[in-house]
Amino acid sequence: MRTFAYRTADDVTQAVTTHGADDQVAYVAGGTTLLDLVKLDVMRPTQLVDINRLPLGEVETLDDGRLRIGATVTNTELAHHPEVKARYPLLSQALLAGASTQLRNMATTAGNIMQRTRCPYYRDASAACNRREPGSGCDAMHGINRMHAVLGVSDQCIATHPSDMCIAMAAIGATLTLEGPDGKREIAFNDFHRLPGDQPEKEHELRPGELITYITLDTPIEGAGAYYLKLRDRASYEFALASAGALVSIQDGVIHEARLALGGVATKPWRSHEAEQALHNQPAAVSTFEMAAEAAMQDAVPHEHNAFKIPLARQAIVRALREACKDAENANEPR
Amino acid sequence: MDTQVIGHRTPRVDGENKLTGRADYTTDWYVDNMLHGYPVPASISHGTLEALDIEPVLAMPGVVAVYHHGNFPKLYRSPSSQAHQDQVSEVRLPFEDERIHYDGQYVAMVVAERYEQARAAAHALQARYHQDSGARPGLLETREDGRPLESEGGLRGDPDSAYERAPVKIDHVYAIAPESHMQMEMHATLAQWRDDRLIVHESTQGVVYQHKAMARIFDMPEEKVEVISHYIGSGFGNKLFMWPHAVATAAAARELGRPVKTVLSRQQDMASGGNRPASRQRLRLAADEQGRLLSMRHDSTTETSFVHPYVDSVGTPTLNLYACDNAAISHHLLEVNHGTPCPMRAPGEVSGIYALECAMDELAIALDMDPLELRRRNYSYEDPTKGLPWSSKHLDTCYDSAARRFGWERRDPRVGSMREGDEILGWGMATSSWTAGRQPCMARVELRADGTVMAACGTQDIGTGTYTVVAQTVAELTGVPLDRVEVRLGESSLPAGPLSGGSMATATTLPAVAAAVRAAIDELKEVATDEDAPFTGADPDGLAFRDGALADEQGKRVAFDDLLSGQKLGSVSGDGQAAPGDEQNQYSFRSFGAHFVEVRWDPGISRLCVSRVVSSIDIGRAVNPVTARNQVEGAIVMGIGMGLFEKLDYDPRDARLINNNYSDYIVTSHADMPEIDVELLDNPDYAFNEFGARGVGEIGLTGIAPAIANAIYHATGKRIRDLPITIEKLMEP
Repeated sequence: MRTFAYRTADDVTQAVTTHGADDQVAYVAGGTTLLDLVKLDVMRPTQLVDINRLPLGEVETLDDGRLRIGATVTNTELAHHPEVKARYPLLSQALLAGASTQLRNMATTAGNIMQRTRCPYYRDASAACNRREPGSGCDAMHGINRMHAVLGVSDQCIATHPSDMCIAMAAIGATLTLEGPDGKREIAFNDFHRLPGDQPEKEHELRPGELITYITLDTPIEGAGAYYLKLRDRASYEFALASAGALVSIQDGVIHEARLALGGVATKPWRSHEAEQALHNQPAAVSTFEMAAEAAMQDAVPHEHNAFKIPLARQAIVRALREACKDAENANEPR
Repeated sequence: MDTQVIGHRTPRVDGENKLTGRADYTTDWYVDNMLHGYPVPASISHGTLEALDIEPVLAMPGVVAVYHHGNFPKLYRSPSSQAHQDQVSEVRLPFEDERIHYDGQYVAMVVAERYEQARAAAHALQARYHQDSGARPGLLETREDGRPLESEGGLRGDPDSAYERAPVKIDHVYAIAPESHMQMEMHATLAQWRDDRLIVHESTQGVVYQHKAMARIFDMPEEKVEVISHYIGSGFGNKLFMWPHAVATAAAARELGRPVKTVLSRQQDMASGGNRPASRQRLRLAADEQGRLLSMRHDSTTETSFVHPYVDSVGTPTLNLYACDNAAISHHLLEVNHGTPCPMRAPGEVSGIYALECAMDELAIALDMDPLELRRRNYSYEDPTKGLPWSSKHLDTCYDSAARRFGWERRDPRVGSMREGDEILGWGMATSSWTAGRQPCMARVELRADGTVMAACGTQDIGTGTYTVVAQTVAELTGVPLDRVEVRLGESSLPAGPLSGGSMATATTLPAVAAAVRAAIDELKEVATDEDAPFTGADPDGLAFRDGALADEQGKRVAFDDLLSGQKLGSVSGDGQAAPGDEQNQYSFRSFGAHFVEVRWDPGISRLCVSRVVSSIDIGRAVNPVTARNQVEGAIVMGIGMGLFEKLDYDPRDARLINNNYSDYIVTSHADMPEIDVELLDNPDYAFNEFGARGVGEIGLTGIAPAIANAIYHATGKRIRDLPITIEKLMEP
């Protein structure tokens, strides 16, 4: 039996010390990805450091209006948190579009950020996968790649980032607080995940032993409407084929500020600045949304089975923007 | 027949056992000294196993043995005869040679003290293969057609020349991807040898079949083998016949002298525990201008593995669903490098009816005729294949009733014409059908001095409610309340009963149980008329058994438990048997129904859902309307999966199964479930058996996928002939 040590920690310092800089050690919170991959023999940690006892279970509004989310807040708690529902409805919608109730009850905020791709070749220890085993090749490139990414791909890896929650965070904007053997630092959420490039095994900017302790959401855009649309094969418990998270504020029928992030189509949570530029100061109309959708997908690279994701993502974008605009208009109506 | 229990809604008698965890599923069994087996699957689909690095694995904690081609004991193949009830799912024995025929084929089995140890060792076992080129990835990835099977053909009239002459015709090819059963409970075996007897707990749909197959394979007298399956977490056909894991487990237990339990992982279950094979079907239909069918031709190819020739008989419905003088079916079988397929709910017919009912829809469009009207115009009043009248056919009532409840008369036939906001409604329908079969069966019933009645039969309850319908039969015929009826099933040492398959278990088992009840009552009457008994000297034939008591014509009445106690007897018993008889030469037996489906299509985001299903199904008498309805509703949900989601994805390069888990193989979720309105007609078919029941497990699945495909055409104008109908197919221009 492949054994591993299991340690618990009561505070961040103890967790970081217990972990050390050893890359065979893994932090575990909900375990919904990690334990699955351990059973599949894909991840082989020698030691787990359980962070569930760390005092990171709170959601607080900071003095500057930002929302600080502790690493171990579960997806369920976060989705139903009154501050999240009131001020960050996009995040609540995205969380509730992900996984199932049972998984959301276990999965944590930081764990969701750290979740691994669902690429079946990554999950099959006997397949070639540069992400799992650098240099071994990529069986997905010419294999069954229907679920794979069209944005941010490289010739080494086309695996999709699976999270819904992260799409909302990419649109909202957030800062991650990290603590590791070398101390504490912050990093912008959208700089955290890496494109596969020629090092697909490096999925994020965490240094050895670093732990995500907090996720702090930017202050919400005033008066913005929000809509998260997830298109998938079935209506529940299924990863996105394409999803779009939109935040739009409108003044006099013109889009004042827009944020758009995409899921299911990219190798990392995908903020589309191209689409946002196409929306800025344009009328809140379908023709504008369509231009934004074109802009968002202009660099998409299809493979054999996933070309449909490009038009599908455009559809998701147009509809999400339409609904976000409706939401903004409703919000702005005098009550 | 005026009944008190049969035909009445009856809660499952085993429900409490299931809710409280008392139900003993195979996996729940722990016996002293038990070891755990864990198969090692091949990671190639076509080639040869060259070496296994056994030594390091044997040194791992808890590992007791590793079985493989080099050390597996010599056994015998089962003849796999349906007639002799020793059919197996895969005739090739485990580790028989070093050839690899499919991804997931077992190359070894690790046996260890603990499950986790066996699994870890299986993961660690290094295998070296010689991988051959040219793995055949699957029927739908190739243009090959395989070999013709004469036995699966059928012909009447002259369909070819009728087709040539006909004014209206269609000619299309339909395809169905391979599907997985995705039953809840994985395949599992616990094998124990006690002295020279083999006792096997197995999650099986056929204790008798496995019992006989084990006896052949281990070359033992049948009476030395016992197979037990008290509770089964469903099977849908992949537990009808034994798989190699059971053979490997029993052999390991014999070699090691200790009980061994093997529970397949989901990945193994999906790769090597059966599947519905892919099919490619060409349908040619021709009609006159009034829509009367002039010619039907159904040419099919299905796939199987290289180790077992499983034939999914998809063409048969075309010969008997509609009246048509000229019809032909043909079948080809192609071997591919996949795990062996096997029956899956409504095997063959559900696939054939999919193609036929889509083709009928296309013919209706070619005729500019309402698709329901086309079916009415080709109604078969007798079985066209046998020339016999249907025993009891009420399909016309099903059409009328379901169409009325659905609101079919409000259908605007123009494609895409029924809009609601962003969505377009599509309405489609299809006929549903499944043959009614019966097998010979034996049963035993005991009337006991404690006031209970025990009924026993060597069939099993796969979750469909067999315990309950047997109890209902006993209660009906004895007047003893259900809570005093004990039902024993799922042991091969009980009087031989049928497979739980083909929707035959109810119609097969209940007449035998009834015969056993009557035999037990006759026995009781003998006892009652003995010397010093309550009815001494009376004519046994003059006694009646009612409400749990014997009574004579003078009104004297003695409860059976009092009678037995008074005679110092613990029980009397009766053996019964029943089998199909001369009625088979007088009638043809088949169930029919109709499904009407509404889909909602949102073209702006390419989103489709099934929003409403209205069905009327005629299964004769529903012995227990609760569980019967449950079967049809569940089948509708499964049919949505077949229509829209389900597909085993084999990598076309090397035939390896990619989506071997419950997450990546997509079945219908709760959120996908439509509003479902199922009506079961209640027309007892007394020509078939004394209870008028024809069975219900399969029929609900037939017709759902084509009704969905037809509704999709109505909404979108897209005729998608390849299942499942996934988003990218709907997006094609």
